[in-house]
Amino acid sequence: MQIKERQYIKKMTDRKIIIPGEVIFEGEDYLPGEGTEKKGKEIISLRYGLAEESNKLVKVIPLSGVYQPRRGNVVIGRVENITFNGWIIDIGASDRAFLSLTEVPRYVNKDGLDEVMDFNNMVVAKIWGINKRGIDLSIKSRGLGKIDEGMIIKINSNKVPRVIGKEGSMVNLIKENTNCNITVGQNGLIWIQGDKIEDELFAKKAVLFVVEKSFISGLTDELKKWFDKEKGK
Amino acid sequence: MTKEFKRPDGRKVDELREMKAKVGVVPNADGSAMFSFGDTVAIAAVYGPKEHHPRNQRNPEEGTLRCTYNMLSFSVTDRIRPGPSRRSTEISKITEWALEPVVMIEKYPNMVIDVHVNILQANASTRCAGINAAAMALAHAGIPMKDIVSSVSIGKLDKQLVVDVNKYEEDWEEGEGATDIPITFTNSGELTHIQLDGKITSKQLKEAIELAREATKKIYEVQKEALKNPLREEK
Repeated sequence: MQIKERQYIKKMTDRKIIIPGEVIFEGEDYLPGEGTEKKGKEIISLRYGLAEESNKLVKVIPLSGVYQPRRGNVVIGRVENITFNGWIIDIGASDRAFLSLTEVPRYVNKDGLDEVMDFNNMVVAKIWGINKRGIDLSIKSRGLGKIDEGMIIKINSNKVPRVIGKEGSMVNLIKENTNCNITVGQNGLIWIQGDKIEDELFAKKAVLFVVEKSFISGLTDELKKWFDKEKGK
Repeated sequence: MTKEFKRPDGRKVDELREMKAKVGVVPNADGSAMFSFGDTVAIAAVYGPKEHHPRNQRNPEEGTLRCTYNMLSFSVTDRIRPGPSRRSTEISKITEWALEPVVMIEKYPNMVIDVHVNILQANASTRCAGINAAAMALAHAGIPMKDIVSSVSIGKLDKQLVVDVNKYEEDWEEGEGATDIPITFTNSGELTHIQLDGKITSKQLKEAIELAREATKKIYEVQKEALKNPLREEK
């Protein structure tokens, strides 16, 4: 059974679903990476997901679960609370995220924080630090800031890499075909902005198609076919 | 005292009821699973890790695993009063203790992982079905775990040990009557939970534990199968 698993993982096209406690590899040849642990001579999985091996490093890519924040991620969140020096943003992670006044690239009156961003406003922000107290956000960069118009949809955060595609190939394909501006937050929130509502709804449909078919390999080509079919209607 | 012992439903002494398992049954949860032993059906939903409220119950050293076991009012023939009871509070705590050794809650200080176990249909061994479903749901929610746990109830009907008791056997009255022993094992063979209500000799208890060890291996296979094929259609 061990040998069978090894062969399975070598074929990178169909990676294998691993459950916690399951032995991924045996022997000293491999190093345990993210989501794995070395127990005696075996590398066991700690998480439910897909096992992947590259350069002798074994890791498990999670398939489900809440969003795990990482430094540098661009996320979309909702203003949950306003404090005297910033905003508390709900980004769907287990920790609370804080956007400090000093991380806003404009002058803000200390009494008028709500004029810049009020409760329930949506904001695109970048995670610049994670510590014990929580997550620190910043909007000091291009493309970040408050969302004024458009549509926001929510998907499983583990499907985000599929929606973006290799070097943004998937999301660019959707952008080209729908004339919409799309910002994908790593936490699973997607901001779609187009000239017409129809365009936005079409883009939403395309994103949901990608999410639904996320387990298929060669999905970019599949999406191209889908667009041809949908536009031919 | 031999294999010829006749169980009321015709099973062998070490035979489990037909098991079914499925993950992803609650779309709004972060992870969920269904597990059933014959007519006993349990559904578990996991939410979190998330912020722990009330704040005074937070643990800054490691996270908290919070389980709630609930039997739905229509799960038994006589309607049971909904809401928490002495029995459900106890089983909630037991579920927590059975799962705690494998769940790596130390990765989530000041946070809580909520596990809700609901019994849709009851025909004895509900806590075991609940623990099995909860273990699968936790894995499905992407919580780091050292192993998966599997639980089974061993019964002593008069003097005969049997695996996976049903309601009829639980109410056994001949001879010494019935003793119910729910046991939980990890896949690597470590015991995380054992309960005993009734009388049993220490020699027979050891036998019961060995029986459970074998039975949980079969249960593990069912759990594994369900987790590995999340898209599989129900047969």
